[in-house]
Amino acid sequence: MLGLDRKDTGLLAVVAILALFAPFILNPFPQGSELAQFNAGYPDLMQRFVIFGIFAIGFNLLFGLTGYLSFGHAAFLGVGSYAAVWMFKLLSMNVIPAILLSIAVAGLFSVVIGYISLRRSGIYFSILTLAFAQMSFNLAYSVLTPITNGETGLQLSLDDPRVLDGGGVATSLPLTNFFGIEMRATETLNLGPWAFQFNAGYYLCAILLLVTFYISIRIFRSPFGLMLRAVKSNQQRLSYTGLSTRPYTLAVFVISGMYAGLAGGLLASMDPLAGAERMQWTASGEVVIMTILGGAGTLIGPVLGAGVIKYFENIFSKINEGVLHGWFGALPDGLENAIVWVLARFTGEGWHLTLGLLFMAIIIFLPGGLVEGGRRSRALFRRRGRRGGAAEEDAAKQRAARPAE
Amino acid sequence: MGILDVKDVGKRFGGLQALSDVNLSVRENTVHAIIGPNGAGKSTLLNCLVGKLMPDTGSVLFDGQSVLGRKPHEINQLGIARVFQTPEIFGDLTVMENVLIPCFARRDGAFELNPLVSVASQKDMAAKAEAILADVNMAQSRGVHAASLSRGDKRRLEMAMCLVQEPRLLLLDEPTAGMSRADTNNTISLLKEIKAKRDITMVIIEHDMHVVFSLADRITVLAQGTPLVEDTPERIKGHPKVQEAYLGTSDAAA
Ligand SMILES: Nc1ncnc2c1ncn2[C@@H]1O[C@H](COP(=O)(O)OP(=O)(O)OP(=O)(O)O)[C@@H](O)[C@H]1O
Ligand SMILES: [Mg+2]
Repeated sequence: MLGLDRKDTGLLAVVAILALFAPFILNPFPQGSELAQFNAGYPDLMQRFVIFGIFAIGFNLLFGLTGYLSFGHAAFLGVGSYAAVWMFKLLSMNVIPAILLSIAVAGLFSVVIGYISLRRSGIYFSILTLAFAQMSFNLAYSVLTPITNGETGLQLSLDDPRVLDGGGVATSLPLTNFFGIEMRATETLNLGPWAFQFNAGYYLCAILLLVTFYISIRIFRSPFGLMLRAVKSNQQRLSYTGLSTRPYTLAVFVISGMYAGLAGGLLASMDPLAGAERMQWTASGEVVIMTILGGAGTLIGPVLGAGVIKYFENIFSKINEGVLHGWFGALPDGLENAIVWVLARFTGEGWHLTLGLLFMAIIIFLPGGLVEGGRRSRALFRRRGRRGGAAEEDAAKQRAARPAE
Repeated sequence: MGILDVKDVGKRFGGLQALSDVNLSVRENTVHAIIGPNGAGKSTLLNCLVGKLMPDTGSVLFDGQSVLGRKPHEINQLGIARVFQTPEIFGDLTVMENVLIPCFARRDGAFELNPLVSVASQKDMAAKAEAILADVNMAQSRGVHAASLSRGDKRRLEMAMCLVQEPRLLLLDEPTAGMSRADTNNTISLLKEIKAKRDITMVIIEHDMHVVFSLADRITVLAQGTPLVEDTPERIKGHPKVQEAYLGTSDAAA
């Protein structure tokens, strides 16, 4: 279907179902219950899941396929956000022109940065991209303040011209919309003790996630994608085979920059402000971690990685000492305090520690990320189920048919 | 004038004169062997032909055009393909993908942005790749990761990758090293078959004299960076200077 083979169509269908039913899936615990705080099905967080999913999918096209590790991808995300907010200020509150401009500006930006950085490979490439991103970050705070509004960040204001839908004499800030549908609009469905929230902005992001995921599958399966994997495997052989590697790496660098720009534009479309901190190196590092955690070079991995990290950042971080005391209240006081003290190092503000440990464990034990974890456990189940005999053969088949899930 | 003309090529690495005054003319549709002891400069000479090294002096003409200063991919597009002494293949990719890449490279040129076409839909490319894999007896390994092949198989794969491009000039650097006797003989007959089927010129570096004498129309003996003699296989066999410099020595000629 849609030019995909059966397996890829299945994968796309799974992602589509997960994305469209996310308001249910991420909201398993009834309102007011002890566990309700683990629900992730509220608009703001769901939007982040898919936006960072898009960001990671794009990053993975570059890193997963060619092995070029960019440490400055957040710069494109930041540029995309600024472009979108400018569009809201100058043209219209409709998100479509804003998103288009984000993609275009991030694309142009990545042509320049890619053209220069791709003269080097390996660690030097990474350093060059990092340097460019940090430069953009610092410029946003200094020379470029007329464009970026420095530390305050770029925001809407009442006297913005907005030529299409008229600045006029608004008394409150206008809202971003998709041809009239406000991005903030949320319908709540109450089913017994559950409250499921359906947000217009989320669904716009989710549809774009599906589109970008689909494009990513097509790129993976195309001759272009094959050449990118060849770049990762052996550049020397590729050039003696008559291919120039530079246009390939530059093309994918720009595509992945445009993905980042789209993500930035969407962030601004959901909440129309843009700040330089989106371009900081920590933000660039985050997308690297998402991709590796989920499984670099796999199709679904980056989306999973983005989900896990955003969940940790937003939910796991809420388990503070108070919550822990609630859980272990039944224990004798001494024991309770001890347990809570230990766990509190890893939860609440300590969530970075847990994430770090998880990341290390994955790198060491599952270099292929969560996707490889899934693959291994599936193979294990199958072997259990069948008991001996065909199991070895099966494992060999799995190994042979490895490329990208 | 031949299809490949090497004139007065010299190359120095620090204090080592790896090549000096190399003159070589390879006639179209012949197999030209280059033999010589280890370190004679055979691979260095090939490196100068494919754009890996820039010689200090001299000129290299392929079909009347200079190749010096061109990038490796441009030289390949002129119609020169090379099998390296240590196999250069795409280790992370499957055997089939390894062969598909040169197929696409031949069809599409140096760069083609075709992100929305699927490899699987290009049946003609797959058919070409399958055919060449069958030729080198590797069809059954099409789904195997190239890195896990044996050394001999890697070399056969690399040969398939070069042959599928239908080059006008094929450079082979010790193509049978690491192969079993049977595979060596298969390789000889494969190369003979290809030669019989279409126009192709080959330059082959080889230590295995059985291979050299089975294939070569002419032989150049290289010693310490300079061609010693160039002649037909029959005359080379009996040449006293060659006996002395190369064939007589026990190590490599075995
Ligand atoms: N890139 C390089 N830098 C420095 N020295 C080199 C380089 N390439 C080759 N040499 C030296 O040049 C000489 C010729 O090497 P070359 O590889 O051409 O020999 P060869 O005839 O191919 O030998 P063999 O039969 O062992 O493959 C050797 O002494 C080698 O050490
Ligand atoms: Mg050599």
